Order: sequence, then structure tokens, then C-alpha cells
Amino acid sequence: MSSDAILELRGVVKSFGGLLVLDDVGFAVRPGEILGLVGPNGSGKTTAINVISGVYHADAGNITFNGREIERVPTFRRVPLGINRTFQVPKPFHDMTVRENIEVAAYFGAHSGSARTSSEIDAVITEVNLAEQADALASQLNTNAQKRLDLGRALATAPKVLLVDEIGAGLNPSELSVIAELLLSLARRGIALIVVEHLLDFLNRITNRVIVLGAGRMLFEGTLEGASRNPDVVAAFIGG
Amino acid sequence: MALLELHGVESGYGAMKTLWGIDLAVESGETVLLLGANSAGKTTLLRTIIGLLPCWNGSIRFEGVAIERLAPDQRIRRGIAFMSELGGFPTLTVEENIRLGGYFLSNAVVRRRSVRLFELFPDLARKRRDLAASLSGGQRKMLGVAKVLVSEPKLLLMDEPSSGLAPVFVKQLVDVLRISIGGGTALLLAEQNVAFLPLADRGYLIDGGRVRLSGARAELEKNDAVREAYFGL
Repeated sequence: MSSDAILELRGVVKSFGGLLVLDDVGFAVRPGEILGLVGPNGSGKTTAINVISGVYHADAGNITFNGREIERVPTFRRVPLGINRTFQVPKPFHDMTVRENIEVAAYFGAHSGSARTSSEIDAVITEVNLAEQADALASQLNTNAQKRLDLGRALATAPKVLLVDEIGAGLNPSELSVIAELLLSLARRGIALIVVEHLLDFLNRITNRVIVLGAGRMLFEGTLEGASRNPDVVAAFIGG
Repeated sequence: MALLELHGVESGYGAMKTLWGIDLAVESGETVLLLGANSAGKTTLLRTIIGLLPCWNGSIRFEGVAIERLAPDQRIRRGIAFMSELGGFPTLTVEENIRLGGYFLSNAVVRRRSVRLFELFPDLARKRRDLAASLSGGQRKMLGVAKVLVSEPKLLLMDEPSSGLAPVFVKQLVDVLRISIGGGTALLLAEQNVAFLPLADRGYLIDGGRVRLSGARAELEKNDAVREAYFGL
């Protein structure tokens, strides 16, 4: 395992039937670091998130978290270990309030560091800027607020690694600024973030280290600036 | 006479009024941007124009004919198409989805137009017999675009078409829309991505269910608040 990485993937392979979706993917992330995961649609980014969070199991390769191999650990046990995620399309419990949604996440993801008291739940709600809507049903929230609720549900479990899947999609520049600041504050707290994102300006504000996937393979690892000059990345992802 | 004219349109959900007297027009072949924060009413407005939400008050005229009481399918037959944030039926194949987009056209016309669409969207061509459920999020979005373009609408309503798309596909989408505009399609689109700005002739800023500002693209670009909040310039 890389010296100070909290999460490391080595030679991860995943296919669905005859379709190879991840082919020898390997990278590591350290506590407090934000790693951008980018690539064209269909390149395997969300599958990588699903393999790390345990929704899918890798066909081959290793995933190490905090020095422990976890590829056979089911999702619900990875959350208390300290791995949680958000979704491209948030799916909160629509008939529950914002507070109840976060309480459910805290209850089922419970471990020694997760939010348990009502003031800890309040702190999570405030952090994702939903205090005024704490008693509103999740179904009444707009897209932006549902994404922040999704983030709040993950934060209630006190993750050490947070996987953020296209949180910027559908948000306007001022809404993106708020989310960028929030993600930066989480990283400053020591959480490692892997952020799947198409919005490069947004990503550039929170990190300069990216992995570029193309057709399931790692096309590039380095800075965003370097990625923008790499002909393979330009052809597959950015466009000429 | 404008292609689409809204006067005093009000709409909402249940007892909650979301649109408070919208006046808006789209001319033939024109591209009009809807700007505004989430919850401003952009999606509600598009859904009211296509008829997925009832128009509580006011009028919606398309080619001079009042359409606010017509069912959505009647509005589609008149030449309006709507692409929502999620495009495509997951349990149907790519080809079947596109066929559904032209369900009131003859099979021969759909087949002919599909050939052209598959040239524009090579990713979809490769997966034409696969279920839409097997597509990635972005590919599904492209399918949503292909599904509405097969009807060659006079007016295309689009809700955040770039959301979830990689930059390379955003550029592809802008190019495809430019071709459609060149073919005479008028566009009314809710979109934040600055890449779409060069397509627009005019724009409306919607806030709290009301039109706060409208003008030609150049005027909106000059407005500091609009530049910063909606274009990120």
C-alpha cells in the first residue's frame, strides 16, 4: 500500500457479461485529498465508485482501505468502516423529512464516530445548509437541496473516504460555488474525497489531481492542466 | 405572429402556484435560453408548455392557435417536442426508443431519419439493439435527444440537456443542435452551461416563477449579475 494512502485500488477489473468496464484500474487517495475522476460518459467512472462502495464486487484486483483488503466486504459493512458515497440522482426517502433522512443514515451507518445525538444531527443539517428545511419532506426539495441532503446522509456516517458522483450536474455557477466550498471544507477536515465530475471548471476549483478513464482504462493520471494537454484525453473526453 | 406565445401563464403543483403570469415568445427558428436558479420555475414552465402540467390561467398559443387545453400528444402532433432531464425508456432498446419518438410518423420516415440520427450519434448506433438501461447516464441523455429529434419538431423544449454530459459530448450536442436549428427548429432551453450561449438569440431570466429580465443574448451577457450567476463568466 502507498505510504499514507487511506484507500488504494490495484489492478481492478470489472465486466458485465462480455463488456469490460474496468480494465486494470489502480490509484490511491490520501486523507484530506480530493481526487477528481473524469472521463467520457460510459468510461467506467460510476462503476469504479460502485466497486469501491461495494455495490459491485471486482472480478479481479485489490481494494485496500486503511490497510485492510475490503473487496469481499458488503456495502453495509463498508459504511461503518468509513466509506460512503453520494449518487448522480439522489434517492432520499421522499416521505420522510430532511432530519429523518439524516437520522436513518446515522442509525444504519452507526459507528463510534458517526452522528448520534440530536445536536450532532443538527450539525450535519447545518453543514449542508438545510437548517431552514429540516422539517420539510425530501420530496419538496429542489435538485440542489436533494444533492445536499444526499451529502448530509453520507456525512452523518462520518466517512473517512467520501465518493461524490456528479454532484455539480444541473447546478448553476453560484450553486456550484457553495458546493465547492463545502467539499473543500470536508477535505480540510481530513476526509479523502473521490469526485466524479464532468464540470472541469468546478473540479479545478477543488483539486488539481485527476485520473482520466477512457473505455475502462486509465488514460491519464496527473494535473488537470496536464490532462488538458494530453492528446488522448482531449480526443476522448474534452473534444477538440 | 410568433411561433409560441405565452401570456399571463400561471401553473403549479397541487395548491402551490409556481408560475405567476409568465409572458414569453419564441419566433420560428429562434433559440431562446431560460435562465434561473433551481426552483425558479424553468422546468414547470417547460412542462406547462408541453401540457404535462395544467395551465391554470393565461394563454399558450402555438402558430396562432390556443393549445393550453390540448393534451400533450395533441401538442406534439402540432410540432412541439419535449426532452426532459431523463431521456428514454430503460426497458426498450435504443432503436425502439427512437421509434417511439416518432410514433405518429410512418415507419419509412422513422427509418430514414434514424439513419441520419445514428450518423450524428455513433455511440447510439453501436448500441442500437441494446436496452436503454444498459447505456451510461450520458448516453441515455443522447438517446433522449435523438428521440425528440426524430419527430423534426418546429419547437423543441429542452430541460438541462448538458447535465451529466462529458465536455466532448456537450460539444457534440451543441453541434447537433446547431444542425437542427439550421434545419428550422426553434429551441427553448433551460440550460446553465456556457457552451450553449453561442446558440442563443435571446434569453429570459426566471426567478420566483416570474420573468425578471429578458433580452437579446448580447444584452444578457452585458448584465453583470446574469454573467456571474448564470454564465459563470
